[in-house]
Amino acid sequence: MSRLAVPKTYKLYIGGKFPRSESGRTYEVATREGAFLANAALASRKDARDAVVAARAAIAGWAGTTGYNRGQVLYRIAELLEGRRAQFVDELVAAEAVSAAVAGRQVDTAIDAWVWYAGWADKYVQVAGNGNPVSGPYFNLSTPEATGVVAIVAPQGATGSLLGLVSVVAPAIVSGNTVVVIANQASPLSAISLAEVLATSDVPGGVVNILTGSPAEIAPWLAGHADVNALDLAGAEALAWVDLQIMAADTLKRVLPPENGAPSPSLERIVALTETKTVWHTKSLI
Amino acid sequence: MTLERPLALAPAKRALELIGADLTEKSLRLHLEGLPGVDAVGLEQRAAGLGTRSIKTTSKAWALDTIIRLIDLTTLEGADTPGKVRSLVAKAMNPDPSDPTVPRVAAVCVYGDMVPYAVEALGASHGDPAKGLISVAAVATAFPSGRASLPVKLADTADAVANGADEIDMVIDRGAFLAGKYGVVFDQIVAVKEACRRADGTYAHLKVILETGELNTYDNVRRASWLAILAGGDFIKTSTGKVAPAATLPVTLLMLEVVRDWKRLTGERIGVKPAGGIRSSKDAIKYLVTVAETAGEEWLDPHLFRFGASSLLNDVLLQRQKLSTGRYSGPDYVTID
Amino acid sequence: MTDITKTSRFLDYAPAPESPSILHLRKNYGLFINGDFVKGHGKPFKTISPATEATIAEIANANARDVDAAVAAARRAYDTTWSKLSGADRGKYLFRIARLVQERARELAVAESLDNGKPIKEARDVDVPLVAAWFFYYAGWADKLDYAGLGPNPRALGVAAQVIPWNFPLLMLAWKIAPALAAGNTVVLKPAETTPLSALIFAEILQQADLPAGVVNIITGAGDTGEALVNHPDVNKVAFTGSTAVGRAIAKSIAGTGKKVTLELGGKAANIVFDDAPIDQAVEGIVNGIFFNQGHVCCAGSRLLVQENVHDEVVDRLKTRLATLRLGDPLDKNTDIGAINSREQLDRIRELSDIGEAEGAERWTAECVIPDKGFWFAPTIFTGVETSSRIAREEIFGPVLSVLTFRTPAEAIAKANNTPYGLSAGIWSDKGSKILAVADQLRAGVIWANTFNRFDPASPFGGYKESGYGREGGRHGLAAYLESAGWGAPSSPKGISTVTKGASK
Repeated sequence: MSRLAVPKTYKLYIGGKFPRSESGRTYEVATREGAFLANAALASRKDARDAVVAARAAIAGWAGTTGYNRGQVLYRIAELLEGRRAQFVDELVAAEAVSAAVAGRQVDTAIDAWVWYAGWADKYVQVAGNGNPVSGPYFNLSTPEATGVVAIVAPQGATGSLLGLVSVVAPAIVSGNTVVVIANQASPLSAISLAEVLATSDVPGGVVNILTGSPAEIAPWLAGHADVNALDLAGAEALAWVDLQIMAADTLKRVLPPENGAPSPSLERIVALTETKTVWHTKSLI
Repeated sequence: MTLERPLALAPAKRALELIGADLTEKSLRLHLEGLPGVDAVGLEQRAAGLGTRSIKTTSKAWALDTIIRLIDLTTLEGADTPGKVRSLVAKAMNPDPSDPTVPRVAAVCVYGDMVPYAVEALGASHGDPAKGLISVAAVATAFPSGRASLPVKLADTADAVANGADEIDMVIDRGAFLAGKYGVVFDQIVAVKEACRRADGTYAHLKVILETGELNTYDNVRRASWLAILAGGDFIKTSTGKVAPAATLPVTLLMLEVVRDWKRLTGERIGVKPAGGIRSSKDAIKYLVTVAETAGEEWLDPHLFRFGASSLLNDVLLQRQKLSTGRYSGPDYVTID
Repeated sequence: MTDITKTSRFLDYAPAPESPSILHLRKNYGLFINGDFVKGHGKPFKTISPATEATIAEIANANARDVDAAVAAARRAYDTTWSKLSGADRGKYLFRIARLVQERARELAVAESLDNGKPIKEARDVDVPLVAAWFFYYAGWADKLDYAGLGPNPRALGVAAQVIPWNFPLLMLAWKIAPALAAGNTVVLKPAETTPLSALIFAEILQQADLPAGVVNIITGAGDTGEALVNHPDVNKVAFTGSTAVGRAIAKSIAGTGKKVTLELGGKAANIVFDDAPIDQAVEGIVNGIFFNQGHVCCAGSRLLVQENVHDEVVDRLKTRLATLRLGDPLDKNTDIGAINSREQLDRIRELSDIGEAEGAERWTAECVIPDKGFWFAPTIFTGVETSSRIAREEIFGPVLSVLTFRTPAEAIAKANNTPYGLSAGIWSDKGSKILAVADQLRAGVIWANTFNRFDPASPFGGYKESGYGREGGRHGLAAYLESAGWGAPSSPKGISTVTKGASK
C-alpha cells in the first residue's frame, strides 16, 4: 500500500468536453466527516450560457435520431455504468457516508433506471400519441416529441446523488431533449464520473451538459434564459423555486415542480417534457 | 430501351403556340403532366362553400331567367322521334305558355339524325342565342361511348353539320385517355373539329365531352380539359348524362378554373357545359354562383356557359311562377315536353 | 314579378340578412351563479354590435365579491353534487347540452354574429356546429375516464377557472366547459368583455338542461374579473385562451400554487406553399388561413411563406380571389368578411399595418366598400416582407397577410420556426414525403397539410413555446382536467420505485 494514488480533477461537462469553469472558480467537496475529497468546478452563469448553447446545438441531431437508436444509446449507458460499478460505489461510499451495500443498491437502481427508460424510447410515442377520428376526410395523428432544451436542478439530497441525477436526466433525453443539469451541490463527484461514462458511450456531445456548483447561483440564469424550453425543478425544493417558476414564465417555459427526492421512473415524466404535435392531411381517392 | 421517333401530332393552332412547333405525343404528355395537381378535399370544400351563397329576391329572379337562357334543352333517347323533337322545340321557344316574359333556352340538343327535324321546327327562330334565337346542338362521334372508328365519328359529325347543327357535342376516347394515349385523344379532337367545318369555311361550335365520371380523378379532369382546349375545343363539357356521376359542382368548378387559367394565359375564352344531373333551380343557382366567382360574371353568357338538362327547365319555371305570384306552384302548371 | 332587368352585377348578390328577431334578448343580463341570474356588484357595462356600434344589452360586472360567490358555488356543487354523480350521469347532462345547442343553433349563431361581428355563415357553419360536436364528444368520455391514458380512477381536479377570448366566444366556451365537466370538475367561466352574449344564452341552455346549480357559473366582466378568478385561492385549475402577454401574467401569478394550467396563447403561423402545391386549393387555404373570422384567429396563417419561383403567380391569384370576398353586414348570409370586434382591435390592426408600410413592405388592399358605422378593415396583403419586419413577427390578429419567400424546404422550415410562437403551421405540396418530413421539423402544435384552420373535438389543439402549454381537444384535452391516481405497481419496474423513495430520505 505504498503507492501514491493519482486523484482525478473534476471539471464540468459541456458539449461533450470537460472544461474548467470559465470563471476559474472551484469549491471544496468533502466527506460527511469533512475530509477533503476534491475540488469541483464552481460553474458560473457563463458556463450555464455555454451549456445552453451546446444543448441547443445538439437538439437537431439527437431528436432527429430514431427512437430505436436513442434506446440503444441509453442502454449503452447502462452497460458502461455496470462496467464501472465498483468505481461509483467507492465514490458514493466516500461522498455520502453510506455502506457499500447501500451505495451498491443505488448504483444498481440507477443502472436499471437507464435500462427502463431505454425501453421507452421507441414506445412512449405509441402510448402518449393518438390517431384521431375527426369528422371529415382527414388523416389526423397526434404524436409527442421533444420539448427542446431542458434545464434541470438535480435532486440535492444528502444521499442518492447518482440516482437523483439519472432519475431526472434519463426521462428528459429519452424523447430527444437535450439537458443542462445542475448536479447535487454537496455530492457532485459521481455526476462528473457519470459524464465520463456518457462521453465514452454513444451519447452525442451536448445532449447532456453537467454543471457543478451552486444551484442557487446558476438556476436563475437558466430559468430566465430565453433559449431554454423547459425547467425541471426536481431538486429545487430548498431554493426560492417559486421565483424561478416566475422567471420561467417570461418565455412560457414548461415547469416541473420540486420533488421529494429522486423522482420514480414514470412515463408521465417523459411525457411532461414533450410537446404534442397534431398533423392533419387531406384524404381522397380521386 | 429503344428510342422511338416521337409521334408528331396534328398541328392544332393553340397547341403549337403553347407547346411549340415540335408538337408530339411526348411534348403533349410533358405539358399535361406539368399541370398543378388538384387536392380533392379542398376542391370539394370550395365547391360546397360556393353552394352556401344565399341568392334572394332580385338576384334570384335574374338567376332564374339566366338559367333558362343558358339551357341546352336536351332529349337523347333511343326512343326519340320527330314528334318528340318538335315538342321539345316548341318548349324551347315558349317555355311557359302562361308567361310571355320567359326567355328562350339557348339551344336544343339532339342526336344527329334528329337535327333536320329540330331545324325545321325552329324555322325562323333558329340561330344565335345571343340574338334571342335558338341553336341546334347535336351529339356526335358515336355518342355516348365513343367506341367507333375515327372515320365513323367524322362521318357522324359531318352529317350533323350538313343537316344544320350549329354545335357538335363530341365525346373523347376515354379508353385512350386512361391508357395514357393523349396523342390519340388529341388527334381525334382536331379531326372532329375539322369535320365541323362547313362549306362556307365557318365551323360549327365544338363541345368536347370529357365524361368526367369515367375519367374518375380530378387530376385527369384537369388534364383532359386542358387537352381538349389545346386541340381546339370551343367548350369543355362534363358528361354525356349516360354515366354516373355526371355533372357535379366540384368537377364544374375545376373546369371553370381551367378556362379561367386559359384566359389568364392567352386572353381567349372557352365555354363550359355541365350536363346531366342538374335538376333543380337551387342546384343550378349554385352553378351560376360558381361560374361568376371563378371565371367571372362575363361567363354567364350562352357562348361561354350552358346547362345540359331536360327536367331543370320545369323546375325553374315553377320557381319563377312562385316569384311572380308569391305562391308555390305545382307540376300541372308547367308543360311536359 | 320583381324587376328582372339587371341593374347591378349578379355578384352584388341582393341582401340576404338573417334576422336578429329570432333572439329573445333581455335588456339586462346578470351573472349566472349557482343556477340563477343574479346582480353583479361591479359597474355594469354595455355590449355592442361591432358592425353598427349599437348597444345590444347591458351586462353585469362581477367584482371580487361576485367572484368569491361564483367560486363558492362551484366548490359547493363539486363537493355536494357533481363529484358524487356517476360518470354516466355527467355524460347524460353533456349529451343534453349538445342536443339543446343543436336545437337552438340558429339563435346562437345569430347572437354570436351580432355580438362578435363574425359572418353569420361562419357562426352557422363552423362555430355552432363545433360547439355541439364538442359537447357530444366529451359527453361520451365522462364514464370512460379509465381509458384516458392516466391509469385507473383518474381524479377530477376540483374547481376550474376558465377565461376565454372574444374571437370564438361560444366555441371557446365549449372547448373549456365540455372536457372540464366530463372529467368531473365544476366551472367558473368568464367570457370576454366584448362578447358575453352567447355565453349568457348558453346559461339559459344549462337551465333547460337542468344542470345542477353551481356546476357551471358564468361571470361577466373585464380583465380584473378574470384576474380575480384565476388568482382565487379555492381554484384548482386554470384554463386560459387569449394573448401571450396575459398568459405570461397568469403563469407568473399561479407560480407555486400547484394549480394545473392550460394556456392557449398567440401565434404567428407560417403557411408554407411549395411550387408543387395544388395551386387552386392552396390559394383557398391561404384565404381561409388568414381571412377566416377577419383573421381573429390565434392559429391564423398570418405569414405566407411561398417558394420564390411561384411567388408572383400565387400572389396574383390570391389578389384575384380576394376580389370576390364580400365585406359587410355580418348577418348577411353572403358576407365573407365581417366586422372587427372592437375599436381597440381595429386600432391595433391599423397601427401594425402602418408600421408594415413604413418598414417598406408593399401594401395591397382588396377593394371594398367600408360601411359608415362600425369597425372594419379590408383584407390586406403585404408583399416584400422581411423576416425582420414587425408584421412578420408580431401577431396582428386581423385580416392582414405578410408574404415572405423561400427557396428550399430547409429555408422554409428555418423561417417558419423563427418565431417565439409555435401554435400552428400549414404545408401545401402534392408530394407526401416532403409534407411529412417538413411537418416533422416544424415546431408547432397543429400542422395542416393541404388544408388550414380545421378543428375537431377529437383532435388535440395547442402550442409550443410562447403559444402556451397543454392541449384542448381529444384525449389530451381531457387529461388536462384530470389527475392520475398513479398506474399502480404493475407498470413500475420491480424494486426501482421503493429504492428511489428510500434513497432520498
